[in-house]
Amino acid sequence: MNRREAWRARALGLLALALMLAPLSLLWTVFGDGIGVLDWQFLLAEPEQAGRSGGIGPIIVSTALVLLICMSLAVPLGLGTALFLVEQVRPEGRLNLTLQWALDGLGAVPSVVFGLFGYRLFVVELGWGYSLLAGGCTLACMVLPLFIRGCEQALRDCPQSYRQAAAGLAISRVGYLRRILLPFAAPGIAAALVLSAGRALAETAVLLFTAGYVMRWPESLFDSGRTLAVHIYDLAMNVSGGSPASAATALVLLGFALVIQLLAWQIGKRPLSFAR
Amino acid sequence: MTASTQPPSLSIQNLSVHYGEQGALLGASLDVAAGELMAVVGPSGCGKSSMLVAVNRMTDLTPGARVSGRVLIDNQDVLAGAVDVQALRRQVGMVFQQPNPFPLSIAENILFALREHGVRDKCELHGRMEQALQATGLWNEVRDRLHKPALGLSGGQQQRLCFARALALEPRVLLLDEPCSALDPIASATVEGLIDSLKGRYTLLMVTHNLAQARRLADHVAVCWVRDGCGCVLDSGPACELFESARDPQAQRYLNGMLC
Repeated sequence: MNRREAWRARALGLLALALMLAPLSLLWTVFGDGIGVLDWQFLLAEPEQAGRSGGIGPIIVSTALVLLICMSLAVPLGLGTALFLVEQVRPEGRLNLTLQWALDGLGAVPSVVFGLFGYRLFVVELGWGYSLLAGGCTLACMVLPLFIRGCEQALRDCPQSYRQAAAGLAISRVGYLRRILLPFAAPGIAAALVLSAGRALAETAVLLFTAGYVMRWPESLFDSGRTLAVHIYDLAMNVSGGSPASAATALVLLGFALVIQLLAWQIGKRPLSFAR
Repeated sequence: MTASTQPPSLSIQNLSVHYGEQGALLGASLDVAAGELMAVVGPSGCGKSSMLVAVNRMTDLTPGARVSGRVLIDNQDVLAGAVDVQALRRQVGMVFQQPNPFPLSIAENILFALREHGVRDKCELHGRMEQALQATGLWNEVRDRLHKPALGLSGGQQQRLCFARALALEPRVLLLDEPCSALDPIASATVEGLIDSLKGRYTLLMVTHNLAQARRLADHVAVCWVRDGCGCVLDSGPACELFESARDPQAQRYLNGMLC
C-alpha cells in the first residue's frame, strides 16, 4: 500500500466514524433523557396527566395490535402479489409494466395521503370509526408497495437453473415454491419485513386520523388507540414537561424495532444446506 | 404412456421450434433406436438445445415458444395436447450443461424429487436414493456426508448427482445437454464413463460440442447446421459410418474438423 492509498483509507475511515456519530449521538440524547423514567412501572401503567407521569402500558398494547393487524394483512397479500408477479406474469407483458408502474407510484405516495384514504374508507364508509382495525388496515395499504417490491426482488434473485432443474424433474409448482424458491428468498423477504414494519412503527400522520389517539387500554379492535410514535409526537409537541416521558417512550419504540429485527433474522436464516 | 422397464424408441419427425418470430429449428427429423445413444453435434445456435427441450416439453415454459411436428416415444406423440406433461417429464429425464443441484443436502436432492412423485415409504426412499447414487458411482464418495450441502461437492460430483437425481425417478429416456462441457477433463472422463454405462438401459439423446466425445460414446450421430438463420439437421446416421463418409459435404467437413 503506497502513501496515497494509506491516506485515502484513513480519510474513508474518519468519514465512516463521523457518519456513525450521528445515530450514536441521537441514541445518546434519547438514552440520557429517557433512561431515568424507564422502569417496569412505566411499561405497565396507564398514562397520567396527559402522559407526563404514569406509564405507557395501553400504548404498548395498542402499538402491538396495530402492527399485528398491519403485518398479518401485508405479509400474505404482499408475498402473494410478489409470487404472482414473479411466477405468473410475463416480464415483458403489458400487465407487468402496468403493475410495476402502479407499485412504484403507490410507493411514492406520501403517507398522509394513505391516511386520508384510510380515513374515508375504513373510518367513514365502513363505519369502523377511529379504531385500531382502521389504523392497522391503513398502515397495511401504506407498506404494501414497499413490501411487495422487497419480496419481488428476493424472489427474482433465485437462479433460473433451479427452476429448470425442477421442471426437468416434473416437480410440482407448490413443491418448488415451498422447498426451493421461498427458502432461497427468505433472507430478502425478512429484510422487506423489517423495513415495512419499521415504516409502520414510525408512522404518526396516518394513525392520527384512522386509529386516533385515545390513551385508554384497548378493549377491542374497534377501540381507538394510540401508538408509541403518536405518543412521542404528542408528548413532544403538545404537552409541556413531556420530554422525559417522550424520550423513554422512544427507547421502548427502539426496543420494538430491535425485537422485530431479531425475529426477522430468525425467519430469514437460510437452511444450512443452502451454504456453499 | 405404458410403464415398462424396456427403453423406448424415440423418433423426431419434421420438428420445428420457433421463439416468437425467430425460428430456432426447422423440419428436423431423426430416429433413436431403443437403448441407443444419439449424439447431436453442430455449431452454436443451430437448434440442438431447442430440439432437446421440445422432447420433454420444457418449451412450454418459454413464453412465445411454438413447437410443431411430432416427437414419438414408443409411437406416442408427446407433443399432442392431451399428454400429461408431468408424467412425460418423469419418463424423460434431463441433465443440463451447468450442474444444477438444488441448494439442499445431497440426500434431499434425490429424496425431494422422489417424495414429490409420491414415494412415501422410508425404506423405498432410501433404497432408491442409494441405488441412484451407486449407479452414478457417487455412493462411495458421499455415503458419509449425505446430509451435507450438495453445493459443497466438486463440479463433476455435482453433475453426477444431477444424473442420480434424474435416474432415481426411473426415466426411460435421458436428454443430456452438453453434460461435460462445464467440467474439467478428469471429471469429464468420469461423467463420460457414467454415460457409457447408461447405454442399453436408457434411450439417450445428447447434445455435445465435443466431436471426439461423440465418436467415443454415440451409436448414432446427427449433425445440425444453421441455414438461412435457422437450425436444421444436415445428416444423421450410425456414428462410424457418418464419421467416415457423411452424405452431406458440409457435415462431412464439420465432422472432420474443417469448420468452414
